[in-house]
Amino acid sequence: MSVLDPRLLLLDGDDNVLVLGAPVAAGDVLLIDGVSVPADGPIGRGHKVARRPIALDEKIIKYGAPIGRATAAIARGEHVHVHNIRSDYTPTYVIG
Amino acid sequence: MSTTFAAITRPPTSLVDAPGGAEMRGWRRSDGRKGIRNVVAVAYLVECAHHVAREVTAAFHGQDVHLIGFPGCFPNAYAQRVMERLCTHPNVGAVLIVSLGCESFNKRQLARIVAESGRPVETLVIQEGGGTRRTVTAGRAWVAAQMDTLAGAPTEPMGVHDLIVGTICGGSDGTSGLTGNPAAGRAFDTLVAAGAACIFEETGELIGCEDIMAARAATPALAEELRASVAKAARYYATLGYGSFASGNADGGLSTIEEKSMGAYAKSGRSPILGLIKPGDIPPRAGLYLMDVVPDGEVRFGFPNISDNAEIVELIASGAHVVLFVTGRGSVSGSALSPVIKICANPDTFRRMEDDMDVDAGRILEGRGTLDGVGAEIVDLVRAVASGARTKSEAMGHQEFILGYKSFEPIGPACLPV
Repeated sequence: MSVLDPRLLLLDGDDNVLVLGAPVAAGDVLLIDGVSVPADGPIGRGHKVARRPIALDEKIIKYGAPIGRATAAIARGEHVHVHNIRSDYTPTYVIG
Repeated sequence: MSTTFAAITRPPTSLVDAPGGAEMRGWRRSDGRKGIRNVVAVAYLVECAHHVAREVTAAFHGQDVHLIGFPGCFPNAYAQRVMERLCTHPNVGAVLIVSLGCESFNKRQLARIVAESGRPVETLVIQEGGGTRRTVTAGRAWVAAQMDTLAGAPTEPMGVHDLIVGTICGGSDGTSGLTGNPAAGRAFDTLVAAGAACIFEETGELIGCEDIMAARAATPALAEELRASVAKAARYYATLGYGSFASGNADGGLSTIEEKSMGAYAKSGRSPILGLIKPGDIPPRAGLYLMDVVPDGEVRFGFPNISDNAEIVELIASGAHVVLFVTGRGSVSGSALSPVIKICANPDTFRRMEDDMDVDAGRILEGRGTLDGVGAEIVDLVRAVASGARTKSEAMGHQEFILGYKSFEPIGPACLPV
C-alpha cells in the first residue's frame, strides 16, 4: 500500500523518513503506507517521522541520500530527530 | 546562420524586456561591468575609524550611502582583496576611505585601485585631519558632493546576461529544502539559461552532497576540486568542533549537517557547474559557479564565516549584483552594496514576518503554488530589482556588513576549465 497522509511528504522513493508538510498534534493518527499510527507527540512542520521501522545504527535516508544514522531503534511513525539520530560528520549543537 | 547564432548567444527576449516590465538600465563602469545601484561606499579601515565613518553615513539616512569596513589592525591579504573588490563593485559609484592613520591596512593601494577604476575616491585620515568632528564634517561634505554628481550619471540598457546573482540560505529549517531552496534553484536554472552568472556557496553546508555535486562538474578535474573543497570544509569544521548548524535549525526540524546540506544544495538548481571560485574571484562568463568560502591551510582565525552576512559580503566581492536569501526560521538581514531578495520557505514564518519577506515560497506547502511558479516569481523579482525596485530589506535600510580574517591560496587551473 502506498496510501500516505496528506500532511506527510515522501521526497524520494528510497527514503525511510517522511517530512511533515503541516504540523500534527499528539495522538493525531498518521496514515503511513496504508498503516495508521498515532503521533508520539506534537511534531512541527518540516520535522520527520519514520516511514518504516529503523534499526539501531541504520542510515537515515532523506532526498534519497544519507543524512545520518539511528542512535536507537525507531518505530514507524515515530518522530525522527536529534534524540534518535546523529550526523556522520559533526555533532549537532542544540542549546541545552 | 547569423540568425541561429544570435538565437543561441542572446538571452531570451522575454527575460530582458518583459512586456509591461520596467526596462533594466545600469551604470556602466570602466571594466565593462554594469551596476544596478550607484552607491557611495564609506569604508573604514580599522574598528578605530568605524564611529567616524558611521557618523558620516548618518547624515544620509535613507539614501544610497553605505557603510563597509574592516575591523582588524593586523594586515590580511584576503581582507585587502575583498575591500578592493567591494570598492570597485559595479553597484558602487564613489568611495570615501576613512582611516585612523596607524592601522596596517594598505589604504594607498585601495585608493589607487579605486582611482584607476575611474571612480571618485577620497581618503580621510583621522589623525591628520583634526580628529572626529573635523573628519566627520569633511566626510559629509565630500559625500554630499558625490551624491550631486552621481544623481546625473548616465545609464544604459542592460539585461539578465549582465548580472551576477548569488544565493545563500540562513535561518534554515525543515521547510527550506522543500520550498525556498529548490525554488531558488529553479530561478538559477532560468537565470543561467538567460546568460547570467550564478554563484552558490558555503562548502560547509554541502557536506554529504560532494558526490552528487561532483557529478555535475564541467570536467573530471573540476569534479575533484569540488570534492576536495567539501572535504576541506568537513576537516575545518570538525577541528573547530561545530558544523555550520545553529540550534534554531534543529528547532525547525533539521537533525544533522548532512540533512541541512541536502536542502541547501537544492539552491544550486540543475545547471552544469562550470567552476570553483574563491571570494573576490569574478565569474568569467555566464553559468553556475561554486564559491569555496573555507580558508586554505591550517585552521586559524576561527570559524570560516561567523554569520550569514559574512557570506553575503563574499558573494558581493565576487561581483554579485543581487543576492537570493532563502530563510525558514526568518532572517531579516539585508546587505550593504547589493540588494538582498528574501525568500521565505516556511508559510508560518511568512505570516509572522511578511514585512521582511519578498517571496512567499512556503505557500507551496499549503497547495497555493508550485516550485516552478515560485521560481518564475523569483526571476521576475530579480529583473524588477535590477530595474530599480527596492527589496524589503533594502527599503527598510538594512545594510549589514561583516568582514573578518581568512587566508586563501589562489584557485588552481582545474577550477575554471571552460
